[in-house]
Amino acid sequence: MTPMVEATGIHKSFGRTEVLRGIDLVVEPGEVCCIIGPSGSGKSTLLRCVNHLERIDAGRMRVDGSLVGYRESGGKLHELRESEVARQRRDIGMVFQRFNLFPHMTAAENVMEAPRTVLGRSRSAARKEADALLDRVGLAARRDAYPGQLSGGQQQRVAIARALAMQPRLMLFDEPTSALDPELVGEVLDVMRGLAADGMTMLVVTHEMGFAREVGDSLVFMDEGVIVESGVPRDVLSAPRHERTRSFLSKVL
Amino acid sequence: MTDRPGAEPAGRERQEIRAVPVRHPGRWVAVAVLAVLAAMLVHTVLTNERFGWDVVGNYLFSAPILNGLRNTLVLTVLSMAIGIVGGVGLAVMRQSPNPVVSGAAATYIWLFRGTPLIAQLLFWNFLAALYPRLSLGVPFGPEFISVDTNVLITQFAACLLGLGLNEAAYMAEIVRGGMLSVDRGQAEAAGALGMTRSQTMRRIVLPQAMRVIVPPTGNETISMLKTTSLVVVIGYFELLTSAQRISNQNFQVIPLLIVAAFWYLVLTSLLTIGQGFVERRFGRGFVPDRPGSRLLSRAVNT
Repeated sequence: MTPMVEATGIHKSFGRTEVLRGIDLVVEPGEVCCIIGPSGSGKSTLLRCVNHLERIDAGRMRVDGSLVGYRESGGKLHELRESEVARQRRDIGMVFQRFNLFPHMTAAENVMEAPRTVLGRSRSAARKEADALLDRVGLAARRDAYPGQLSGGQQQRVAIARALAMQPRLMLFDEPTSALDPELVGEVLDVMRGLAADGMTMLVVTHEMGFAREVGDSLVFMDEGVIVESGVPRDVLSAPRHERTRSFLSKVL
Repeated sequence: MTDRPGAEPAGRERQEIRAVPVRHPGRWVAVAVLAVLAAMLVHTVLTNERFGWDVVGNYLFSAPILNGLRNTLVLTVLSMAIGIVGGVGLAVMRQSPNPVVSGAAATYIWLFRGTPLIAQLLFWNFLAALYPRLSLGVPFGPEFISVDTNVLITQFAACLLGLGLNEAAYMAEIVRGGMLSVDRGQAEAAGALGMTRSQTMRRIVLPQAMRVIVPPTGNETISMLKTTSLVVVIGYFELLTSAQRISNQNFQVIPLLIVAAFWYLVLTSLLTIGQGFVERRFGRGFVPDRPGSRLLSRAVNT
């Protein structure tokens, strides 16, 4: 079976700082992979490389078997056109730490936007799908609310519905609960748990160790741009093999 | 007995605050001074015959004034249309990753903001002195159509070129400022959904930038209303020119200036109201929608 995500030897620098220093990672279809690590360890950058929001300097990033951002032909790499990159991104949903909902649109309009403009869906079809998705994240009643009128947890659930509207094969979560008040974290994690149960392939950068242990199929600990250790979440969390993992976990658990 | 937060302890009365408010004698002095000044103003406007209110009344709706008013309106609307369309184009070019494209836009802005508008109006009017004929064809190759510059660039066309192209340079910076005000995460979210750069620009960035773009654009439009009077340098006419032509004949300078000012104020008022509506349209999701007229509630609150 083709892995959903296959990263080999990923390097990425911002100016002189090397943020990713040779990352190898495989995520199988249906797998929920959680990435943990201290801030500045490069985990968000790695996630942003998966859908080409960041351009990698070295290595190969494949999603569902095809290179992200490039095409290989005749032994040479060709950069993809902007429209081709956009096409690749349709299949990769992303949820951001700061939600990034479109503030000038209602919850339903946020969900409808990409199916309408990118897939050319009719207004009524997009509306129907949006209603179903908002219902799925428990926000059917707030469909006409603007993001500014929603709580952080509700906004993040709309953002998840918005990403799901493109029927992605892979979902990327960039610290989806880090900007939330503690009492709102649970509702977002519940939605994510439901997604995982439905078999969605998920790559989740998180600080929620409980979620990683309970829902994750695999856990990756990153520090200073490398993967220090990875494995089954329960094992990594309860019996870390590396000193750096141990000292990180002792601070967050 | 212990105090519980949020609950009134039983058997105890609520202690209302009945304090003597702070007095503001300074405010009353200011009101008095302004009231006296206002009374003086009203008095002199009504009693000084040299205001010539009868002359004002005679000319307010006269044909030459209304003609001038029409030209002012047409020039303002068309110049602003050129300015806004050109400005959006230049702003998008300015943001282009292609350094030649963004450099071209920067050069345009530098040139048109850096020279006097009067000079630009004169330049377009005397374009024939530089290029007696204008033609359409293959660069450095054959020509298909060729026309006399003076036929193509009428006075009116020169006015529009001068005012519109100059305005585009200013609008470009206003639009660019608006686009920069939109959080980068918005474009990223749109990109992650598979939207192209132009879709992102049209559907996500520009509608949000409008919130920031509209107020200074209203400013520019109101300013343009009066800037159109510069077309007098190339012999065209609008509201102020019409008024001056009349007063050159009857020497009633002040009454005719009042006539012009009246119409400028009417147009400015209409534009201000229109701007309020546009702002509300693009403020969706940013300002809580209040029931009833916002104009009314604003008037009451201030």
